[in-house]
Amino acid sequence: MTTQEAIYKYALRLGDNSLILGHRLSELCSRGPILEEDLALTNISLDMIGRTQALLKYAAEIEGKGKTEDDLAYRRPENNYYNNLITEQPNGDFAHTITRQLFISVFEYLFYSQLEKSKDETLSAIAKKTVKEIKYHMQHATDWTIRLGDGTEESHKRMQKAVNDLWMYTGELFEMDEVDTLLFREGISADLIPIKAQWQNDIKIILIEATLTLPEDSFMQTGSKQGIHTENLGHILAEMQYLQRAYPDAKW
Amino acid sequence: MSLDSQFDLWEVFIQSKSGQPYVHAGSIHACDNKMAMQNARDTYTRRGEGTSIWVMPSKYIVASNPDDNEMLFDPANDKVYRHPTFYVMPEGAKNI
Repeated sequence: MTTQEAIYKYALRLGDNSLILGHRLSELCSRGPILEEDLALTNISLDMIGRTQALLKYAAEIEGKGKTEDDLAYRRPENNYYNNLITEQPNGDFAHTITRQLFISVFEYLFYSQLEKSKDETLSAIAKKTVKEIKYHMQHATDWTIRLGDGTEESHKRMQKAVNDLWMYTGELFEMDEVDTLLFREGISADLIPIKAQWQNDIKIILIEATLTLPEDSFMQTGSKQGIHTENLGHILAEMQYLQRAYPDAKW
Repeated sequence: MSLDSQFDLWEVFIQSKSGQPYVHAGSIHACDNKMAMQNARDTYTRRGEGTSIWVMPSKYIVASNPDDNEMLFDPANDKVYRHPTFYVMPEGAKNI
């Protein structure tokens, strides 16, 4: 694998993560628990879609086959998607939406803070812009986690269930394959090992404040870096890609 | 359940840029300070409208009673000399 190919795959993965989570959050438009929260979640969704645009555009540029970010988003089959499995998990109840956001935002904050120092100028520039946005996503998710975890008996129970349900998708965030190691040697990618320790520490502090129990590490789901997904991704893509598939090159 | 089950009401004031007055933007619902600030930000500044936000619980606003309007506001109607309209505005003076 050349550095070029690795950067393509790396940008694609990062773009897929924000695309799929952004799509998930967009499903909540008009379905938020209150009007203000509806806006908050869709704002986060729009941040994610903006980030996707920059990342997939860069991936398409690096690939050099004359594709656009839209080609990559709307014309790739499921097994060529590399988003982390946690991003495609259903919104569930509000506790699941918030817990998924917490796990991902704390990770992304640490990740993109490191990626700011990347020797790849485009990735570094995207990271700098993105960190500001993620800081807000993280604050929003953290506050809700504490509010609901340390809230009523019902909200506490639902939050603990969401934490337990989603925990098995967190191991994958820190997996490093040949793309990561190759780019790490070149000073381009982030080192996921220290990020993992910091993430566990940060999440632990938040969960303790929220009076929630950190699950024991047991079986962790894996596969997204090879394009293997849970059944959820197919449904997302069916909806997201329908128009381009049914009416290729449709304009409006 | 009460008619309004969406937490307490807060008033939002936005400053468009430094030095400008804070202008009432509208209201939001929130159950604590942090949520009020976040909801105000998400509701009223997502298109670059502001550089600073104030939020305050609506219950602390003291409003005038419409029944008192004659007493409060009518006396100002016929006193044109209260308006400093006889001065020439210096060139370069902004925001007056």
